[in-house]
Amino acid sequence: MDFLNAIVAISNYILVPGIAYGSQLALGALGATLVYGILRFSNFAHGDTMAFGTMVTILVTWWMQSVGISLGGVLPTALLALPFGILGCMALVLFTDRFVYRFYRRQKAKPVILVIVSMGVMFIMNGVVRFIIGPNDQRFADGERFIISARDFKAMTGLREGLAIKTTQGITVITAVIVVVLLFWFLNRTRTGKSMRAYSDNEDLALLSGINPERVVMYTWLIVAALATVAGTLYGLDKTFKPFTYFQLLLPIFAAAIVGGLGNPLGAIAGGYIIAFSEVTITYAWKKVLKYLMPESLEPSSLVQLLSTDYKFAVSFAILLIVLLFRPTGLFAGKAS
Amino acid sequence: MKKLLMASAAIALATSTAFAGSHATEVKLGILIGFTGPIESLTGPMAGGAELAMKEVSDSGKLLDAATVTSMRADSGCIDNGLATSNAERLIADGINGLIGGDCSGITGAVLQNVAIPNGMVMISPSATSPGLSTMEDNNLFFRTSPSDSREGQVMAIILQEHGVKSIALTYTNNDYGKGLADAIKTSFEAVGGEVTIYAAHEDGKADYSAEVGALASAGGDLLVVAGYLDQGGLGIIQAALDTGAFDTFGLPGGMIGENLPKNVGPDLDGSYGQYASSEGKGPDTFNKMAEAAGFDGTSPYAPESYDAAALFMFAMQAADSTDPAKYGSHIFDVANAPGEKIYPGELAKGLEIIAGGGDIDYVGASSVELIGPGESAGTYREIVVKDGKNVTVKFH
Repeated sequence: MDFLNAIVAISNYILVPGIAYGSQLALGALGATLVYGILRFSNFAHGDTMAFGTMVTILVTWWMQSVGISLGGVLPTALLALPFGILGCMALVLFTDRFVYRFYRRQKAKPVILVIVSMGVMFIMNGVVRFIIGPNDQRFADGERFIISARDFKAMTGLREGLAIKTTQGITVITAVIVVVLLFWFLNRTRTGKSMRAYSDNEDLALLSGINPERVVMYTWLIVAALATVAGTLYGLDKTFKPFTYFQLLLPIFAAAIVGGLGNPLGAIAGGYIIAFSEVTITYAWKKVLKYLMPESLEPSSLVQLLSTDYKFAVSFAILLIVLLFRPTGLFAGKAS
Repeated sequence: MKKLLMASAAIALATSTAFAGSHATEVKLGILIGFTGPIESLTGPMAGGAELAMKEVSDSGKLLDAATVTSMRADSGCIDNGLATSNAERLIADGINGLIGGDCSGITGAVLQNVAIPNGMVMISPSATSPGLSTMEDNNLFFRTSPSDSREGQVMAIILQEHGVKSIALTYTNNDYGKGLADAIKTSFEAVGGEVTIYAAHEDGKADYSAEVGALASAGGDLLVVAGYLDQGGLGIIQAALDTGAFDTFGLPGGMIGENLPKNVGPDLDGSYGQYASSEGKGPDTFNKMAEAAGFDGTSPYAPESYDAAALFMFAMQAADSTDPAKYGSHIFDVANAPGEKIYPGELAKGLEIIAGGGDIDYVGASSVELIGPGESAGTYREIVVKDGKNVTVKFH
């Protein structure tokens, strides 16, 4: 029984939140890594692109709620609004590419210049989002809150520990799986996907074989916009939407992309989960779990916490540094060198 | 540059002598509180309270030579030192005669040291409660109508004991206010034999508090005391703790009590309890009626204290017969404490008359003002419990 309690406690406080957070990071990191792999620069505006897409989704969600469109009160209305958010975000990134990035691409600007340019874009998007929706927390989740709540779980199983799975956590994981499958199918099976990979591997060779670079760039941005909006909306549904936290997400997202190997989609996914789980496990206080597992005489009196939760962001930094020191190309050998 | 300095010095001199020479027919009081930020839902009624007192005095025409009192609002952001000090400097440049504020303890200390002391401006804070402010060197320029949190810690320990709580998990917002209050609760609760299983900070403004709650849950305890802000991390912690089933009941100190918390959390908050600085009797009752007539909620935390802060300024000015902070500052204690006739809200004109006639007053006001030690309120606390989504008063401590 104690063993079961320990497993449930770990699931409730580590596995479930870790998997949900990891999926959100993985989707974000996929977008960042695609820009790096194909357009060849680190897009600092990625967090704010996510915020913009989410903002459009929220505005459409509010409108739908006000006219009474919903998913039967079980699933959040935001899922219905998501396609509109994606379209809005696509329009935004195509607009920035047409008026900002294309100019520098034509000049064959160095990646470092593009990085700085993307910082400029980041600040502008930051401002636009705050201007439209304001700097505060926005709540837009509706529908059933829990797949299973801690109280119900305790009543069902008779265990001392409860296990809560929020609807948003379930949706996050399912959506992430669908999106990743679609993305890999697109990259590996379709003509456009293949031309994107070719362009990523060797730009000159791709041009010689008749691939239209502007088309590749456009498709990349469209996919990135879709990924960013999905990631942002899932994060906002699961937690809350606040423009500043999306800007802060940039750090774990890039940490995930770099740990996995910048430019490598598979690496981005692995990186997302690695970062999420290290943040959660290193700052978790293991006292409760150990109390169930250890004989009474060995029970810990301290919290058995490696790092205080204040240092959560430091964990992603530390992993980032360790990977860059010992394996600069990332775990899955990306393009970075 | 030299000329510019000379010129500005000359202008400053000219204006200050002008003020001293004739009795100002206009008194300006600055209100520096966080209209944006973590306690923004409280600051509307706070400013309303202060302005209510100013209007009462202006309408009576009894202050000095029938002076009108105008309010100048400025935003402190509650936790933004840069914003608060620059806005305080702006208020002083605009010629205020006294400063009501700041609201949150961190920025209050910063404004006191960086703006009020160098400019010799008197500050009366309606809501800064950090024990640290009691010992800060203030050249007798700083007062508060709110009690120090060390008193709140004692009250909370008593309330917890009455509920039969043996152990608590304690989390606080990572700033002067949160740390000071949490220290006070921890010390007092341990002194009465309780156990604090964990003592952990949380940051405001994050989207996700599941890691923090994981640590708190692991430490366990009869209930979770959240010394934070109701519109910020405090809300996030409670939400995450309820979601994961880590805690069902919460202890709520002053910063967590307001209408928004039960509204945002929902029925799961029922049964949680806490306390905030507030008093009962004639003062608050009258004040609540006046507030209702003026169109704001007089029971909102720190609204009565704000009314009292403004009133103390005007009484002290009357007693000193001057709007110069250097002159009236020393009179604040006199008008706030016995001996003298007790003055309640709505009776400001009467108080001003007594002072003008050479008498003495003991200002009670809306929050039972009694200044002690380094110029802070002794403090009575209202114990509340959340019932059916409302904060219901249990009793007073």
